[in-house]
Amino acid sequence: MGAWRVYPAVAVGAFRRYATYRAATAAGVFTNTVFGLILVYTYLALWEARPGLGGYDQAQAVTYVWLGQALFAMLAFQGGGFEVELMERVRTGEIAVDLYRPVDLQLWWLANDVGRAVFQFLGRGVVPFLFGALFFPTALPGEVAVWGAFLVALVLALLVSFAIRYLFALTAFWLLDGQGVAQALMVTGLFCSGMTLPLNAFPGALGEVVRALPWAAQLQVPADVLMGESAPLGAFAFQAAWAVALLAVGRLVQSAATRRVVVQGG
Amino acid sequence: MEAFIDVERVEKVFEVRRKTGFLKRERRRVRAVDSLSFTVARGEMVGYIGPNGAGKSTTIKMLTGILTPSGGRLRVAGIDPSRERTRLAHRMGVVFGQRTTLWWDLPLIDSYRLMHRMYRIPDARYRENLDRLVEHLDLGELLDVPVRQLSLGQRMRGDVAAALLHDPEVLYLDEPTIGLDVVSKTKVRDFLRQLNAERATTVLLTTHDLQDIEQLCSRVMVIDHGRMVYDGALAGLHEAGESERTLVVDLERELPPIEAPAPARVVRVEGPRQWLAFPASEPAAALVARIVAEYPLVDLSVREPDIEAVIARMYADRTDRAVP
Repeated sequence: MGAWRVYPAVAVGAFRRYATYRAATAAGVFTNTVFGLILVYTYLALWEARPGLGGYDQAQAVTYVWLGQALFAMLAFQGGGFEVELMERVRTGEIAVDLYRPVDLQLWWLANDVGRAVFQFLGRGVVPFLFGALFFPTALPGEVAVWGAFLVALVLALLVSFAIRYLFALTAFWLLDGQGVAQALMVTGLFCSGMTLPLNAFPGALGEVVRALPWAAQLQVPADVLMGESAPLGAFAFQAAWAVALLAVGRLVQSAATRRVVVQGG
Repeated sequence: MEAFIDVERVEKVFEVRRKTGFLKRERRRVRAVDSLSFTVARGEMVGYIGPNGAGKSTTIKMLTGILTPSGGRLRVAGIDPSRERTRLAHRMGVVFGQRTTLWWDLPLIDSYRLMHRMYRIPDARYRENLDRLVEHLDLGELLDVPVRQLSLGQRMRGDVAAALLHDPEVLYLDEPTIGLDVVSKTKVRDFLRQLNAERATTVLLTTHDLQDIEQLCSRVMVIDHGRMVYDGALAGLHEAGESERTLVVDLERELPPIEAPAPARVVRVEGPRQWLAFPASEPAAALVARIVAEYPLVDLSVREPDIEAVIARMYADRTDRAVP
């Protein structure tokens, strides 16, 4: 039996774990739908005043909003994925249990986060998105190929999202308390991923910078692939480059972290 | 005897930074484990005890490879744990009394299925081991219950099973009976005794519950301030701790304290009953014969020293010496 088979099992377990919290899922669907409505009307007002802002027409702006709500929980733009648990385990010393296992720490948590993300996408993302597509004029593609490209972009987006949060979470090995880090993750995540406003609409140098940062790979890039605003291959390359770079840095930091580990408590 | 665990002059020094003023930090080196040496043969069951902060957990963490020793040499099954942590992980099991390896929100069986994949246990052996563990640890009813709904005793048995599904050669137990009721403690101890007898699993047991040691381990290692202060048979601990046995004597009537030959002495008198303390290392025969010859004896009994008292005295001695 291959050593890799543990990781799908971890992902399935994580999926089932999140599936046990039905009330939380229902509340999440409701929240994302309401936030979607608020943002849609804000955007409509904004695009009314500034038509073509960021290269989007109104239907594209609306699509962007609902896509953001659909991916919000899946890609954990403001945190709330595995990293909360990982930081808590480092703080309490539970991490020792993980280190006793014959598994790779990074792959273990990636598998965990994939299971979580798939559940959050299906459980929390699909409904708000369908709601938006049903009640608002959206700019969704007709061709299957575009949807396929969008799915690839989504997988890469998840890898980048994981890699960012893994790096943030590993700081717990030095800082021990993850609260400040979690807040920093939330603020940068919300702003730099384009949850507040599409990164395309950011002016000047600031826009250039945020569009080049890894957070852009999470929402802006998949949105543009879906709406035909950017060529898929270039988009994939941008996402994959960040994913590989950040995952590699994550491995380096991980080995430094486990080498200096002072497991808390007993 | 082949040494399965081989620890040779191992040290672990932590650097602790302490705040000594505004922006001023003082670096201090703390020696958690100091020139520690011992060996454990395959199939041995050894108690590892010491007060809080003595270095027990640090030792276990080095043996399992999650801490790297600052000095000395350490091998488990011929493997250097910190260099080949993952390889060693396949051959060891770890149970923490206060932590769990189980998946909190999911039924117990899900965690075992994960172990099946994680340790690459062949299907037939996994089923066989699971059946055996479920039977011995009485887990049948619990397999479909989410772990968060288990009682502490149930969860602990669940954790013990999880640590053994892959037939580890060595099992590290850290406070395996902490917080358990008497029935659960007995179940866990019985199971461990059987495991050690039938499978020759090497067991290193860290505990504060000395009954665990008394009932399970023929050998005990006592560590304090990172140093080994005793390593040997449980019985010998009494001599090392200069412990005393107590002879309880019932006389026909109230009498002045018995004049016993030193070092035996009367420690308490209550009506016709008297308590005499004498060294645990000496046989009671001579003392008993003398009392029988000289006093109107009705009944007597010998009480073995309380191991807890012995170890407390041992720690106290060392502390006295450490603080001049």
